[in-house]
Amino acid sequence: MEWTFRSDRPIYAQLVEQMTQAILSGTFAPGERLPAVRELATQAGVNPNTMQRAMAELEQQGLIYAQRTNGRFVTGDTTAIGSVRDRVARQRVSSFAADMGRLGYHKEQVLQLLREEEVF
Amino acid sequence: MALLECRQLTKNYGGVLALDRVDLTVEAGRIVGLLGPNGSGKTTLIKIANGLLVPTSGTLTIAGMAPGPDTKAIVSYLPERTYLSDWMNVVQLLDFFCDFYPDFDRSTAEHMLTALEISPRLRIKQMSKGTREKVQLILVMSRKARLYLLDEPIGGVDPATRDYIIRTILTNYNEQASVVISTHLIADVENVLDDVIFINKGRVALQSSVDQIREEKGCSVDELFREVFRYAE
Repeated sequence: MEWTFRSDRPIYAQLVEQMTQAILSGTFAPGERLPAVRELATQAGVNPNTMQRAMAELEQQGLIYAQRTNGRFVTGDTTAIGSVRDRVARQRVSSFAADMGRLGYHKEQVLQLLREEEVF
Repeated sequence: MALLECRQLTKNYGGVLALDRVDLTVEAGRIVGLLGPNGSGKTTLIKIANGLLVPTSGTLTIAGMAPGPDTKAIVSYLPERTYLSDWMNVVQLLDFFCDFYPDFDRSTAEHMLTALEISPRLRIKQMSKGTREKVQLILVMSRKARLYLLDEPIGGVDPATRDYIIRTILTNYNEQASVVISTHLIADVENVLDDVIFINKGRVALQSSVDQIREEKGCSVDELFREVFRYAE
């Protein structure tokens, strides 16, 4: 996967976001074993301690779990993944709606644009 | 115990104050950037840690010991200028490191050299600047040391080589070891650093973790560096 970092926020927070995105999009499938911290850190070009911190955060959120001596896995609980997906979707819709509001659009106009959008 | 510790470390070169009462600590398991403009004292600090210079006053200890044979056994040092004889070829360099350092892992070094398609018969004088820097870093990182002191490991090489060097550092240090990287090319290394030490005119201007800087200042270490040293001038 591609990793990109912005300069204004802690790197571990950006790792959490990008790992979350990879799990939601299925780059890392439910139940899949994740590469070792050291390997992920090298791929992303970041410090292993920073990657470790991001992993701890993802564990706390329940998106991944550690199995003693066996590495880390994406949760097999698709309901948990679904609820994180919902939360992320809502955040993005809110920020999109705020953007459109700043452009002077009303809800009906935005809905119309969405209906015309060809991605869906 | 701290791996590297300076207490009121001062170095005076006949009236020129290169280090001025420096206090700093590097714990085990960290990658630390020693960052400062040219002439700020980075190389002087690293040379004292390697026993190449003697402090005017104050102390520097490595795992509690003053620099000497015992610390050289656990410190792997990449100097800013090479000390290797340029008639030596790759095999002779490997022999040389095996003779000098019991913790040198020859097969790790050979593996990396093969991956880079560097011929064992190539002499240092036949190498390009980038190749020479890669070979030296491979030698230094193939020791199973506790402290790696890298003085400007990425100066004067192209961006692809820079990436290779940074990845080599990341994959080769072990979790109990620490790496100190001195550089002024901050943007290139900041993603791999745990902590940074800003040094200016022989004094420590700041010691902090990278994430803390980003969290508190909302900017990268590179941006902060430009700001701090603009005001310092």
